[in-house]
Amino acid sequence: MSGLEDLYREIILDHYRTPRNRGKLETPPAHKVEGFNPLCGDEITVYVDTDGDRVTDVRIDGQGCSISQASASMMTNAIKGRSFAEISDLTRAFKSMMSIHENELGGDDGREPEPGSEESVPADEVKLGDLEALRGVVKFPVRIKCATLAWNTLAQAIDEARADDGAPTGSS
Amino acid sequence: MTTTAELDVAAVKADFPIFDRCCDPERPLVFLDSAASSQKPRQVIEAMSEFYETTYANVHRGVYRIAEAATNRMEGARRTVAGFIGAPRPEEIIFTKNATEALNLVARSWGGANLGPGDAVVLTQMEHHANIVPWQILAAEKGFEIRWIPVRPDGHLDLSNLDRLLDGAAMMSVTAMSNVLGTIPPLGSMIAAARAAGALVTLDACQYVPHLPTDVSSLDADFIAFSGHKMLGPTGVGVLWGRTELLEAMPPFLGGGGMILDVTQEGFRADAIPAKFEAGTPPITEIVGLAAAIEYLDGLGMDRVRRHEVSLTAYALRTLTERLGDRLTIHGPSEPADRGGVLSLDLAGVHPHDLSQVLDQHNVCVRPGHHCAKPLMRVLGVGATARASLYVYNDESDVDALADALVDAGEFFAF
Repeated sequence: MSGLEDLYREIILDHYRTPRNRGKLETPPAHKVEGFNPLCGDEITVYVDTDGDRVTDVRIDGQGCSISQASASMMTNAIKGRSFAEISDLTRAFKSMMSIHENELGGDDGREPEPGSEESVPADEVKLGDLEALRGVVKFPVRIKCATLAWNTLAQAIDEARADDGAPTGSS
Repeated sequence: MTTTAELDVAAVKADFPIFDRCCDPERPLVFLDSAASSQKPRQVIEAMSEFYETTYANVHRGVYRIAEAATNRMEGARRTVAGFIGAPRPEEIIFTKNATEALNLVARSWGGANLGPGDAVVLTQMEHHANIVPWQILAAEKGFEIRWIPVRPDGHLDLSNLDRLLDGAAMMSVTAMSNVLGTIPPLGSMIAAARAAGALVTLDACQYVPHLPTDVSSLDADFIAFSGHKMLGPTGVGVLWGRTELLEAMPPFLGGGGMILDVTQEGFRADAIPAKFEAGTPPITEIVGLAAAIEYLDGLGMDRVRRHEVSLTAYALRTLTERLGDRLTIHGPSEPADRGGVLSLDLAGVHPHDLSQVLDQHNVCVRPGHHCAKPLMRVLGVGATARASLYVYNDESDVDALADALVDAGEFFAF
């Protein structure tokens, strides 16, 4: 079964079998966003607590394949306690590894930002750590949506949190 | 048609070029995704090429010879389709883009003219989204009620309250074979109950017409929808059969060229059926291909096709259960006579998406997902299944390859 080991690295199966930060957070104060992959039926719910400029806690609920679940689990480890800016860099780096370059994450016209033109760190300089294990997904293009589901849902949750933080009522 | 001889699968397979020419020279293609779309025999591919190369022109109204010949081929195909499903009149065959469009036509045209507040449409919990969403879109506009015939855990419909569900209903629109469970409902008694309640009947026969002998007269439904590409024909063509008196009373669906008698600044007069429902240039070559597919299936004999699939489904249920044991759940009825060759699989501890990925490494093609039947997925309590589906070119070796691959997947993900 050549190729499968590239996709299903041991650390991925470990996160699938023993997902980290699984569960729910109380809403409010947490922000909750549901993400769907309409192609395969995967559903994921991301809960984030924020303190105005960083994610202080995160939980994942829902169901999905090993790639979507492992990516979500690794993501929670990678982002907990990180600033929105750091998470934005990490997200862009992760998507870059998945061969996705999106303008909504700081680039223009779908390209990565020019070096030095933005404050964000270039994608190839961001340390992905365990997330590197998901690099093999690129060889299986239909699975890229599985790997990015949690990240897209997280981005939406952070957007909502920031929008709320910008509101006059303020937050904790 | 009534020969008792079994299907010669090796000879059938040899008619399908993809099994010789696709992807992996090392391993044979084990194609178990015909419920999504079937492969095409040489006879269909060649009929379409031949038509393009010798006869192609737009249909109707052309006075030159190939235009007339193309029109004759298309109208001949309409008669072929009518004969295949026992339709009393070829004009009752409406060519659509696919079965989805055919079902939307019924909902929009018949439903739009006949449904309102206080009315009800009865569906089952095992419908494909194509037989749910068109009714939901219309219900939001017209304010009628949608009622659901439940599915039991064993994959059969729970018909214990059918009469109550049908009470006051104007339409019962149901699948003739579930695309997830393979369940073939007791159509005769259900349709009789609908008749007794005064409801019309639409059958989503996408999974039925390609696999079982179909006779619209004895089925006694009012509308039947199916697609060409699941029955060895090309994509881009589907069929709606409807009773003449209903089709004639219904308003047009899509407007445009080909469906009118006259157009003025003030309005239009619709043409007679089938033209009234065939606005725009039809999928002419695809219709020719569909007729070739029907001739191919007729050559095999639909009785024989059905017997082959019952026998192969029985072998699959037995083999997979023996090889995988309790670890494998096969959703749907356990009796092959009550079902088609659609096997929705759930291997404990392996998500269907991952399972299908491992199976692909064996060149075994199955489909993971909700199969456009999310209400049914919720009833089954699963997010997705891996679906293997059988057709005329499959035999026991395909089932064995599936079983081997499932065992391998179970070992790969063992924990």
